[in-house]
Amino acid sequence: MLTIDSATRDAIIAHAKRDHPNEACGIVAGPEGSDRPERLVEMLNAAGSPTFYEFDSGELLTLYKEMWAKDEEPVVIYHSHTATEAYPSRTDIGLASEPGAHYVLVSTREHGNNDGPVEFRSYRIVDGVVTEEEVHVVPSLDDPNSPEEDA
Amino acid sequence: MAIDVRIPTILRPYTGGEKAVAGEGSTLATLIDDLEARHPGIRERLVDDADGGADLRRFVNIYVNDEDVRFLGGLDAELSDGDQIVVLPAVAGGGLDHQ
Repeated sequence: MLTIDSATRDAIIAHAKRDHPNEACGIVAGPEGSDRPERLVEMLNAAGSPTFYEFDSGELLTLYKEMWAKDEEPVVIYHSHTATEAYPSRTDIGLASEPGAHYVLVSTREHGNNDGPVEFRSYRIVDGVVTEEEVHVVPSLDDPNSPEEDA
Repeated sequence: MAIDVRIPTILRPYTGGEKAVAGEGSTLATLIDDLEARHPGIRERLVDDADGGADLRRFVNIYVNDEDVRFLGGLDAELSDGDQIVVLPAVAGGGLDHQ
C-alpha cells in the first residue's frame, strides 16, 4: 500500500496536467527505510515526448547525491501516460530499476491540461512482475488519526 | 590501484548487499572486468555485447568523478587511482511499448 498526503498527490497530478501532452516525471523522496513520501522533486523529461520519459543523466546524479547526503531514497517514482491508461507499459516494466519504490502512474488521456479527475495508481515492479497496490491518501503523513479519504 | 564504485540497489545482489565496492583498472572496461571477477554476473548488467562489440547498456549511467562516462570515452575512459565511480540505472519508461 502507498500512503501519500493529499498535497503531494495533487502536486503530482498538477505536474502531469501542466506537461501534457508530454509525459511528466519525478520522484518523492523520503528517509531511507521509512516508506514516507515526503519531498516531491519534479524532474525534467529529457526525452520531451508524449510516449517516453527519461531523467537527464546529469540531473539524475545530482538528485541521487542529494538523497544520499540526506539519507533519503526514492519512495515514489512517478510519471504520466498521456494517451493510455495509468498502468505500466512493457517499457516501464523493462526499465524499472528501483525494487523498493512505489511506481505511481497518472493518466492525462481524458482531460489533458484541463481540470477533471485523473487516474492515479501505484504499483510495485520487481523482477519484471507488476503488482498494483492500494493508494491511501491522507491529509498529513504526520497525523495518523486524521480522517482518511480514498484515492 | 583502488577505485571506489557506488553500486545501485538493483545491483547489490551481486555485491552481497554492499553499497560500494573497490575495484582496479586503468580504463572503465578493465575496471568492469575486475568487478566481474569479484562479483560474477555484474558485467552483463552494465555492458551489452550484442552486435559484435561491447558497449555500455543504454539505460545504465556510469559517472567518473561526477561526469557521465559517455562524454569521457565510454568503456575506453581512462581511470586513475582514487577516482569515484557511480553506477545509476536510468529512470525512464513511457506509455508506448518501445521494447
